[in-house]
Amino acid sequence: MNYGIVSQEQLEQIDSILSDKLIKLGVDCVIIIDMAGNIITARDNGTSKYDVYSFAALAAGNFATVDAMAKLVGEQEFSLLFHKGQESNIHFSKIDDELLLISMFGKDISLGFLRLNVVDVIEKIRKVWDKR
Amino acid sequence: MSFINLKDKVVQVKIVYYGPGRCGKTTNLEYINRTYRKQILSEMVSLKTHGDRTLFFDFLPFDMGQIKGYDIKIQLYTVPGQVKYNATRKLVLRGVDGIVFVADAMEKQREKNIRSLNQLHENLQTYKESIFKIPLVMQYNKVDLKEHGIPILPIAVLQKDLNSRLQVPYFEASAITGYNVAATLKKIISSTVVSIQKKLL
Repeated sequence: MNYGIVSQEQLEQIDSILSDKLIKLGVDCVIIIDMAGNIITARDNGTSKYDVYSFAALAAGNFATVDAMAKLVGEQEFSLLFHKGQESNIHFSKIDDELLLISMFGKDISLGFLRLNVVDVIEKIRKVWDKR
Repeated sequence: MSFINLKDKVVQVKIVYYGPGRCGKTTNLEYINRTYRKQILSEMVSLKTHGDRTLFFDFLPFDMGQIKGYDIKIQLYTVPGQVKYNATRKLVLRGVDGIVFVADAMEKQREKNIRSLNQLHENLQTYKESIFKIPLVMQYNKVDLKEHGIPILPIAVLQKDLNSRLQVPYFEASAITGYNVAATLKKIISSTVVSIQKKLL
């Protein structure tokens, strides 16, 4: 669990990737967390206010549970998760063994379009993160 | 591993309340939640069974103010105490910075305390952490039961059972009345913050 300290510059790069690729697309809120439930960074569209700290704790727990279930059915991992609601949806995607990208979005965005962008974002974040 | 955000100047610290079933971990957090309402910005999250037992964890985020310009955000967690939930306990321990071991001082719980502490030792090893190195505080809970005529283990026995090798700070406490709940919390926060500082220097 020791990935050390992330530099200010790296965080700024990650933030701008999230803003450009997801928030501009219309995603309400994006959070990157580690598997211990810490928030690495969070971005939102300025109108939605979520309790991101509780969210991170629950999301890490949720993902860990699904991971354990994957092992039970003989899978290495389930690398993404999607929860659908009436008004809002949540999409979880694994960046690497430590990090998780969570996007919260309304009904105006199609899941497919979001997924395409998430794949792109994850690739870009990995490049920044691996430079530590 | 605590996460330090250099950009927003925030340090997130994870403290876990660990111990055998029904020893009072959730009660500790509930007392803190009631007493320090002003410093707690969000609701306590509890994932419990229909029978009101902890199923996954309780979570309580807590603002401690600033140290050297950094906002310290303490995240308190409990584990489920029931024996069958060890897989979940392990998940909650991931990335832990400090631990409060809540022992049940009732005489009949003596063996359960020891077993739970041994399991904590094993669980930490899976994350390459050592119970002898991680900040740890012992809390001997339920001492108020003595007044109600329920047999309680003397502190010397609890110390010998649980703390003879670890030699960590300990408190007698009563989570239900709040006796020494704050003292335990303060101690674990200060030990954990000091240990994080040491790691960084």
